[in-house]
Amino acid sequence: MEYFLEQLINGITLGSIYGLIAIGYTMVYGIIGMINFAHGDIFMVGAFISLIAILAIGLTASASFALLILALILVLAIAMILASAYNWTVERVAYRPLRGSFRLAPLISAIGMSIVLQEFVRIAQGGRPKPMQPLISGGIELMHRKTELGEFVVRLSSIQIIIILTTLALMVLFTALITRTSLGRAQRSCEQDMKMASLVGIDVNKTISITFIMGAALAAVAGLMFFLRYGVIDFYIGFLAGVKAFTAAVLGGIGSIPGAMLGGLVIGLIEVFWSAYFSVEYKDVAAFAMLAVVLIFLPQGLLGKPEVEKV
Amino acid sequence: MAPSQPAQKQKGQGAVKAPDERQPAGPDYGRVLIDTAITALIALAIIGPIVGMNASAPQGGLVLEYRWGTVIALVAIITIGRFLLHLLVWNRPGWVTPQHVKRWGWGAIAVGVVAILIGMFTMDAPLGFLAQIHESLPAWFVAFGVFALLSGIWLLVSGANEVAQAKGVQSHLARTLEPFGKYVGVVMLGAAIILPFIPGVDRRIVDLAILMLTYIMLGWGLNIVVGLAGLLDLGYVAFYAVGAYSYALLSTVYFPLWFGDAVTPWTFWLVLPLAGLLAACWGLILGFPVLRLRGDYLAIVTLAFGEIIRTILVNWYSFTNGPNGISGIPRPSFFGIPFTNDDKGFAATFGLTYAPLQRIIFLYYVILVMALITNFVTLRLRKLPIGRAWEALREDEIACRSLGINTTSTKLTAFAMGAMFGGFAGSFFATRQGFVSPESFVFMESAIILAIVVLGGLGSQIGVVIAAIVVIGAFEVFREMAFLKAIMPAGFDPTQYRMLAVGIAMVLIMRWRPRGLVTKRNPSIFLKEKKAVSVDLVAQGHG
Repeated sequence: MEYFLEQLINGITLGSIYGLIAIGYTMVYGIIGMINFAHGDIFMVGAFISLIAILAIGLTASASFALLILALILVLAIAMILASAYNWTVERVAYRPLRGSFRLAPLISAIGMSIVLQEFVRIAQGGRPKPMQPLISGGIELMHRKTELGEFVVRLSSIQIIIILTTLALMVLFTALITRTSLGRAQRSCEQDMKMASLVGIDVNKTISITFIMGAALAAVAGLMFFLRYGVIDFYIGFLAGVKAFTAAVLGGIGSIPGAMLGGLVIGLIEVFWSAYFSVEYKDVAAFAMLAVVLIFLPQGLLGKPEVEKV
Repeated sequence: MAPSQPAQKQKGQGAVKAPDERQPAGPDYGRVLIDTAITALIALAIIGPIVGMNASAPQGGLVLEYRWGTVIALVAIITIGRFLLHLLVWNRPGWVTPQHVKRWGWGAIAVGVVAILIGMFTMDAPLGFLAQIHESLPAWFVAFGVFALLSGIWLLVSGANEVAQAKGVQSHLARTLEPFGKYVGVVMLGAAIILPFIPGVDRRIVDLAILMLTYIMLGWGLNIVVGLAGLLDLGYVAFYAVGAYSYALLSTVYFPLWFGDAVTPWTFWLVLPLAGLLAACWGLILGFPVLRLRGDYLAIVTLAFGEIIRTILVNWYSFTNGPNGISGIPRPSFFGIPFTNDDKGFAATFGLTYAPLQRIIFLYYVILVMALITNFVTLRLRKLPIGRAWEALREDEIACRSLGINTTSTKLTAFAMGAMFGGFAGSFFATRQGFVSPESFVFMESAIILAIVVLGGLGSQIGVVIAAIVVIGAFEVFREMAFLKAIMPAGFDPTQYRMLAVGIAMVLIMRWRPRGLVTKRNPSIFLKEKKAVSVDLVAQGHG
């Protein structure tokens, strides 16, 4: 029971990170119908910028908790802004000129962009993993039991609390942004019919740019969270995280933002429980197999609308 | 004429609007400057932190190591480049005509050639006066010359295209080159056949040619799936891996176990078809569940399958020997005669003097024949009903289904065919290297093969050859660019930039030539007379 609870917490934490990345996939797919293959690498760039910002500020675990939180908010802001600049440029350079080209062109260009981002970071920052001492320690003890094998403690660490709370806050903010503001309305209208939207005076290019910026900002949040939680990053983390987050987006129903979050949680839980109860080595296989199974048997996802093919 | 032209050339790159019709005098320099400033800012935001601050760990803990010089140089290059592009292409001053651009192109080419020659001849004595002034000076000349040459060619081609467009005819260059198009294939084949016997060809070149041919074969195999059937497969390397591991395991473990030593000389020829068949089976197994997916979903699922196979190869230690890989894979024999330096060896049997190069040349011809078989089979398949069905499927799946074509089996055959050739190439890879490990079958490998197919032009056989030679040749060139080492900071290694260049090339090709380098296709069916059609008339990759 304790073990299960602990894994549940781990799963929700990991799932929150996947969910944040998945939102970027789902929004971009919803609006221009392409898989932004480079999105996972934007997450990786976000993690790297966070690491660099933390080092530049000179933040260490010895700082007081309030100062630490303030500094982390600053780091988060820097990472969000710079990752947005990345994604904006990627869209501008690699996707916008290809709108209206043949169907596979943006995807191939996106794969190229993904390689460019990975290699850029690898060359600039080196290929070795970057480990760092945990910045935030401490947490709450949820359960405490003495067994003959020793003590078994279920802990909810501060980082996990921060991740889950941040994700919740961002989700609320984001849903409000999409449903309540004129920007969200513009996005939803572009999603339904880009040509009609432009006819009624919506700047489609700008809306798409903002979608990419929002996706990148959330990916950067995920990047910082990932770095704080696991303490080590390298240039390759974006690939796996990207595929898993894409799985989450598909599982939740591509185009649906609550779906992406739900899908992220499910994928995170599957991965964590698979590692806990079956085998750690094959946890990626589990996630990938999940992707295939979902696409084959539930292509519209949990919360998505079935797609009707028109001639 | 000129002021209204740049508006069409803009292609959405610039935030700058074309000058409106009331002021045809010239570009709006204010907007150009603002755009350039924004470019500089964005470039700084992107390059600044990642390049400028390297999180390195010299003594355990991470510290930042600053490299502002590189950042300033890169940002300056990007900003100046964008500014020049504005002046030369997007917002040209009124007096510049395409004729001017062409002339500048010629000028830049001339300057480039002269600079390269000066740089090369002054590197060492007796003309080494430049190197005496500063040792990296000749290298700077070469680098500048290469840059001038490339931009000159670009200016020339774009200027010529513009002139041609204005006249409404094909450009002079395209007209001159077109008649030769027919002979490219024949000439290349001839060159490939005599290559090992051309004087001056050493082991390094034959090795490089073998590598190129392997990629050509992989490209042709993938071309069946992507180019003909229009299914984007991002996990092609999985079949390459299946072929390589089938060959490795069968030849080192299972054949000796089942047949003893009796078949050893023939191992390659017995295992090769088996490996191909196994890969084809895997193509069927993996293809079956994914066939109802549309283009980009299919791409992601194939990618996932590629990673699953790699993960299994890494983790199934008892079967695949995990990350250590399998070594000691037997070399191919000349139909039973081994390439050894003894009485029973190849050299002795045919009365030749023994040379290690003989085995390499034999390998070269093996892969050449295998690649040609792939090409031949593909070309013939295109003429069969199944090949027609593939192409019909690529053009329009719904129409295809309503005409009574079984889309499932059509897609499956394409998948299995592509997988089989991937498997053959994999076996060849295993026997050439003598060693396989999961390291060789990462996603990047799939990306390179896909890049070759895409750069060549989806569905074009000769395009794949050209692209494979360009990509693999470029990899080699990166190794050779020693002159760059002389002008760059210490520790600069050009080979580090290979994949970066592949990625950039994929994006650029999609932007400027989304149909690939070769933009003519042979029709699979024609009335009276066979005439190549432009790819604009061919649908590509609907999935």
